[in-house]
Amino acid sequence: MEKKKCENCPTEMAEDRRSFLTKLTFVLGGIGTLLIGIPVLGALFEPLIKKEKKPWRKVGKITEFKVGDTVLVKFPDGDILPWGKEISYTASWLRRVDEENFEAYTINCAHLGCPVRWIAESELFLCPCHGGVYYKNGDVAAGPPPRPLQKYPVRTTNGYVEIRSEEIPITTIENS
Amino acid sequence: MKKGNKAWKWLDDRTGLSEMIVPLAKHLVPPNAKWWYVFGSATLFCLLLQIVTGIGLSLLYQPSSDTAYASLEYITNKAFLGSWLRGLHYFGASGMILFMGIHMIRVYIMAVYKFPREMQWITGVVLLFLTIAMGFTGQLLRWDDTGVWSAVVAAEQMGRIPVIGKSVAYLLLGGETVGGSTLTRFYSYHVFIFPVFLFLFVGLHVYLVFRNGISEPPVVGKLVDPKTYREKYEKMLKKIGVPFFPNAAWRDVVFGFLVILTVSLLAYFVGAPKLVGPPEPASTNANPTPDWYLVWIFALFALMPPEIESYVMAIGPLLMIFLLLVLPFLSNKGERHPMRRPWAIVGVLVVVAIMISLTMEGNKAPWSPRFDVTPLNQEIFKKPTPETEKGMQLFYEKGCLFCHKIQDKGGFRGPDLTKVQERLNTQEMTIRIVNGGEYMPAFGGSLSDEELDAILAFLNSEKN
Repeated sequence: MEKKKCENCPTEMAEDRRSFLTKLTFVLGGIGTLLIGIPVLGALFEPLIKKEKKPWRKVGKITEFKVGDTVLVKFPDGDILPWGKEISYTASWLRRVDEENFEAYTINCAHLGCPVRWIAESELFLCPCHGGVYYKNGDVAAGPPPRPLQKYPVRTTNGYVEIRSEEIPITTIENS
Repeated sequence: MKKGNKAWKWLDDRTGLSEMIVPLAKHLVPPNAKWWYVFGSATLFCLLLQIVTGIGLSLLYQPSSDTAYASLEYITNKAFLGSWLRGLHYFGASGMILFMGIHMIRVYIMAVYKFPREMQWITGVVLLFLTIAMGFTGQLLRWDDTGVWSAVVAAEQMGRIPVIGKSVAYLLLGGETVGGSTLTRFYSYHVFIFPVFLFLFVGLHVYLVFRNGISEPPVVGKLVDPKTYREKYEKMLKKIGVPFFPNAAWRDVVFGFLVILTVSLLAYFVGAPKLVGPPEPASTNANPTPDWYLVWIFALFALMPPEIESYVMAIGPLLMIFLLLVLPFLSNKGERHPMRRPWAIVGVLVVVAIMISLTMEGNKAPWSPRFDVTPLNQEIFKKPTPETEKGMQLFYEKGCLFCHKIQDKGGFRGPDLTKVQERLNTQEMTIRIVNGGEYMPAFGGSLSDEELDAILAFLNSEKN
């Protein structure tokens, strides 16, 4: 098809000028998109960018726990938001192994994260979702879990038991 | 009347509304596309219902982790027609998933994905996954105990993706734990992010239906040849095509109306799932199960051999997406009629049968311990003795009854033990109890000799 000349224009727009204007449109459009988009992506990826604090949380006096017993203790997560309230709490199954030592298991099943229950009489943790079972030391007793219950770091200071709040345990393909 | 007519003419002239809509409404479609073709539009009707009822719910819902549950209780118990509204949104979602599934099966059975409708299939696959994502995130916005724990389960599944798994999991939860950001995030996913893509792809999907035309019902021996298909299709339309509206559209309207009516009735009389208590990540009494359309996945995770499970979770969804996306490239010409593609029918039947049986199994969840089982009583014995009664009590206290049945009480994970003495002798029973097995923990460490003897006496006792 024959090119029509621009009738009202004094001269035909030069080819390089047209190509410049095309590029200008894309470059300005691109920069504009980035200017707006970067902060939005920042919000989207904020959970990965922020450094979450992992403070030690007091869960009770040492004397409150009997040797050999496993009890549920509730404590706030690491980095809590002011509006989080009840949702910012998590829990751990705390076992007093002997006079000196405590072990704190996550309540999350290593299979798919459901909350495991402690059956004191049979000294087992049972998961309601897919029937995972663990012994009192967190080792897998039966069912689908690929690894033992994860433990929280636990210490005793000034007569108190403290658990370090950690991230929710995620079983990955590498550690399963 | 005349004035109204004049005003419409003015509006139509300035906006070009009828210029835009009439050709779409009147475009020619194959005359024999009948009741098989109503499921796509039924899905769309459900989507419209979801948008409208979703907006209604957003007027009453509090998208904040500490108040969301209270607002759901308000919607369900106090708000004017709130319970009905919630029910509509729930059954609308169910309808959308159901009809999308049927639509997809119809399209596959009739090989509509072949030339020139490959992109219709591909956009449809994207819509399938977006809809499931909407269903799942919506379930979470209920923000009851099940909602919160479902978020954790989803994060765990994401965690199995190689290399980036943990990051994806934390991104989903809005942090390294379930916290103040979690619900806000799911709200944003469900109300803004996924809908943007959903609308985009629905627009594209429907546009493609207009561009490439509604597929003609397949005829045995009539092959799709990319070189001649379009020309033949056009010729056929010119010869026997009928205007979409009203010749074909009335069926969509009738079926769509029936769908909306059914959803309304179910919403009113059955209602949305009950709220199971406020979210408490620090409580271990939750028993999270997904809504019905995801129960088959829940069951799959319980029944799969644990050794391959991580790989299935990581690779399974990707493989499924990949296979669905490449389908139109594997075969985009040739036979479309299902009678000439028997394997397509077999494949669909197998997949549907697997999904239905997994769903049935998932609803029963025989692998889950029955924590709520009540203690046995001595009426089960023919001749109770102090020792068998002690054994019976221990059988309950030690949690045996969570997984084993005695008469009509107990769980399903392990075998029914009412008449175990007819199958195993005392020594065999002892070995199993002390050492455990695949699905049974070893009780050797937590039973004293007397306790073991009492349990054995109980198992050996004759029951009514």
